[in-house]
Amino acid sequence: MVAVQKKRDQPWLIRTYSGHSSARASNALYRTNLAKGQTGLSVAFDLPTQTGYDADSPLARGEVGKVGVPLSHIEDMDQLFDQIPLDKMNTAMTINATAPWLLALYIGLAQRRGIDPKLLSGTTQNDIIKEYLSRGTYIYPPGPSMRLIADTINYTVKHVPRWNPTNICSYHLQEAGATPVQELAYALCAAMAVLDRVKASGEIAPDEFPQVVDRISFFVNAGIRFVEECCKLRAFGDMWNELTLNRYQVEDPKRRRFRYGVQVNSLGLTEAQPENNVQRIVLEMLAVVLSKGARARAIQLPAWNEAMGLPRPWDQQWALRMQQVMAFETDLLEYGDILDGSPVIAAKVAELIEGAREEIANVEAQGGIIAAIESGYIKRELVGSHMQRLRAIESGDLKIIGVNCFQETAISPLTVGSDGNIMKTDPAAEREQIERLRAHRNNRNAAEVGAALQGLTDAAKSSENIMPSSIRCALAGVTTGEWGDSLRAVFGEFRPPTGIDIAIDSRVVLGKKDQVTDLRARVADTGNALGRPLKLLVGKPGLDGHSNGAEQIAVKARDVGFEVVYDGIRLTPQQIAQAALEEGVHMVGLSILSGSHMELVESVLQELRLRDLAAVPVVAGGIIPPEDAAKLVAQGVRAVYTPKDFNLNTIMADMVDVIRECNGLLRIGLLQ
Amino acid sequence: MALINLPDPEQLASRILRGVREAVASGLNLLDNRLADARSRSARLLASLSGERQMNEGHLVGVTGPPGAGKSSLVSAMIREWRFSGRTVGVLAVDPSSRPELGGGALLGDRIRIKNSSYDEGLFIRSLANRNQMGGVSSEVWPMSWLMLSCFDVVVVETVGVGQTEIDIAEIGDTVCYVAQPASGDTIQYLKSGIIQIPDIFAVNKCDLGAPARKTAAEISRSAPRQDRREDWDYPVCLVSATMNTGIKQLNDQIDRHRSFLVGAGSLGNLRTRHHSAWVMRLLKEEFGTFGLELAGGSATISQRLGEHRSCQFEEYERIRTQILSRFKSDNSSSSITKKEHPNEQAVV
Repeated sequence: MVAVQKKRDQPWLIRTYSGHSSARASNALYRTNLAKGQTGLSVAFDLPTQTGYDADSPLARGEVGKVGVPLSHIEDMDQLFDQIPLDKMNTAMTINATAPWLLALYIGLAQRRGIDPKLLSGTTQNDIIKEYLSRGTYIYPPGPSMRLIADTINYTVKHVPRWNPTNICSYHLQEAGATPVQELAYALCAAMAVLDRVKASGEIAPDEFPQVVDRISFFVNAGIRFVEECCKLRAFGDMWNELTLNRYQVEDPKRRRFRYGVQVNSLGLTEAQPENNVQRIVLEMLAVVLSKGARARAIQLPAWNEAMGLPRPWDQQWALRMQQVMAFETDLLEYGDILDGSPVIAAKVAELIEGAREEIANVEAQGGIIAAIESGYIKRELVGSHMQRLRAIESGDLKIIGVNCFQETAISPLTVGSDGNIMKTDPAAEREQIERLRAHRNNRNAAEVGAALQGLTDAAKSSENIMPSSIRCALAGVTTGEWGDSLRAVFGEFRPPTGIDIAIDSRVVLGKKDQVTDLRARVADTGNALGRPLKLLVGKPGLDGHSNGAEQIAVKARDVGFEVVYDGIRLTPQQIAQAALEEGVHMVGLSILSGSHMELVESVLQELRLRDLAAVPVVAGGIIPPEDAAKLVAQGVRAVYTPKDFNLNTIMADMVDVIRECNGLLRIGLLQ
Repeated sequence: MALINLPDPEQLASRILRGVREAVASGLNLLDNRLADARSRSARLLASLSGERQMNEGHLVGVTGPPGAGKSSLVSAMIREWRFSGRTVGVLAVDPSSRPELGGGALLGDRIRIKNSSYDEGLFIRSLANRNQMGGVSSEVWPMSWLMLSCFDVVVVETVGVGQTEIDIAEIGDTVCYVAQPASGDTIQYLKSGIIQIPDIFAVNKCDLGAPARKTAAEISRSAPRQDRREDWDYPVCLVSATMNTGIKQLNDQIDRHRSFLVGAGSLGNLRTRHHSAWVMRLLKEEFGTFGLELAGGSATISQRLGEHRSCQFEEYERIRTQILSRFKSDNSSSSITKKEHPNEQAVV
């Protein structure tokens, strides 16, 4: 029998997270994606744009156009949305520390095109809390950062009412290792911190406050344990409903709905047998669409090969088609909530809520989430959870197909393409962006720019809302770096605790116990042979803030007996080489996930040579395609570790052997 | 056999005295190295460095205090001030190691907290693990701080104060600064413990907290002068805030004033000589044990020998080392029982 389609629910917004090289190239990609049936845009910005630097800043070297589109001024924004009607498009921007600025450019562009900002709809991610904990594109200290978030909320509620000014992210907390309970607790704490800050600003009348609550949306992760994940989302809905009623007295139930977008888990995607990621992604999506009452409003799926490098248009299309099959072929959207009334689901939801309530009370007792970030508490908890996960993978308690079990595989036709099966960004993009930027600077009215920047500085120093002066800056042709620097001058910069100072928990088996004992002996013996304990510098060059890998390496190295220097994220190659010199380390380990490994590693090697440190071995870890790994080794990198090297003990043993080899000692070889 | 190219100490010393950063780093590595050959070269390096400048110039400042008092942020603010006035700064930041049965590793996180984001030729930071050594500070800190003193205007040794550390730090620094945290039990414990006799200057951090900071400062002021450790020194208590950057210049001024006080009293040289001797004794004991000391005539004799060679203790240290090593060799040798009367010969191990 042919099933005749019945009345169906509207599907969620279907997006892919994309952007690269330049505004022009990204615009072409967006228009292709829209033509393929994508219903909204999700803009990925490059790291200089996310951290408030211009393309020609020394810190931006190698990063321009890499993980997203570079956006330096309003002409770039105009090019990015060329032939895309702003009043009809729903645009999500993954932008945080510089969110007020990118929003100002978007509003400024709308004004220039004669479009009423009241018609704009979309989302700025604008959640600084998870940047401190996981994603790393923060700039300013917590106080001013929370004020900037409050400013955008206060402004959009009045002037851009269809905009979601902030997207509280539990997504990155899960990537940093959070358990479902921690995700629930910390995301809700973050939402409370934002709402409390808006309330305290006094800009919103009490009877308008429910509108503010209504505009708060969330960005959630969904992992492979999809039953639990589905329960987590139901728990989110219940807890948000209760919290907005009790804490913020929102009477209208519609304004208490938990609205969220999703990117499914990237942490669990594997480099080994990468085709298996397809079913992982689909199952993860199931968690956020299955339960109608807790269904996502917008979904973007990663591509199957994200653990290998940037996806190509075809890879992104495959991810888009997964959503379309789910939305249009299956009968999912024909039913009400199919999980209502299930006692198993209800019990799991209750369990998660109870755990989350306890942890929220715990954070509140410490003075709220900002205080718990500044004290390092939350980061330590996350690093601890992540470490347990990695240990479970090492021990085989947590099974990952193709990685720690069922490793045998036929040769995959998907991974033998001549292009290395990943997207290559245009190497000329950085130079072109810099040229375009310099031409733009010469092309504007200096007096207008100066006045606009002065207005911005004045607003930053006072308690005036930052948005009007930022929009004026946008229209005057101010650049991203100028906006970022003006506020740096007023607010200062901030480095949150790294969280790696967690104690060694002797009760937890550190991976396989005899391996750890063996490793400790190797580290100690090698140190004795060289005359002093082995010292390791873990460095994260460039603007990439995904520090989870570096942190796990640092903690593991400490656990097996290394003396570890970890300076946190966003270091220049010069600073890393300087630290290697001053600290007298036996090895430099670099972690890079932004795809800028070629430029950055080369610079680090060069800076080391300048300091007579060519003999200090350098190893690199990150999402590095095999072809690049070979080039790095040819340049002098001693080892490259990628996501397929999941076993930290194995990595440690190899690092010790590299140090031994570089000092004329024999390699010891693989761990038993 | 490891290929370890140990540097020539005398050449290295002249580069260090010229302030070459690569040489400073290489010298610190050498002083940290426990191979027997490195030990001899370390002694020669120290001997070459201990000229006029190290004896008379520079300022070695120990900063200690309980965990969480904000020492690193305070040190960072103090460095800014020193650098602003054109002085170069070397920092030795000491962090705890994990227990030996847990691998003995360490996370050295102070760099990230101390350093200013911009690159600075006039600042050099070396982090060190305490390596579970007796006392709170590993033996390497002493010679490393002297090396830094030979090429930087101010040398800061920063440690987490846990009782014993303060005793060690008092045997390192010309001036010891204790960082107290307002309204914390640590400070009260500290006041009770008697270790309060050690610091020369107190900094009550987080003074932006207001009343609790003033209360803590008052408690310290009441206790400190009673100890009468040095009659003419007034044990100042400074209210500072590292985050608000207040009181930092005043604190640095007090630190300078303490140095002038020591120079004026003619005691800076004596203090440093005493510290050198204490370290030599500690190191000999660590390397050779009580038995080894006996081979050199016992600790009383060694003290006497060091006293007689006040201006060249490191040379004397190397002579004593060589002597003990050769005694060990002859004691261990079954064929020869000849005792060497001239211990100056180079020991080969």
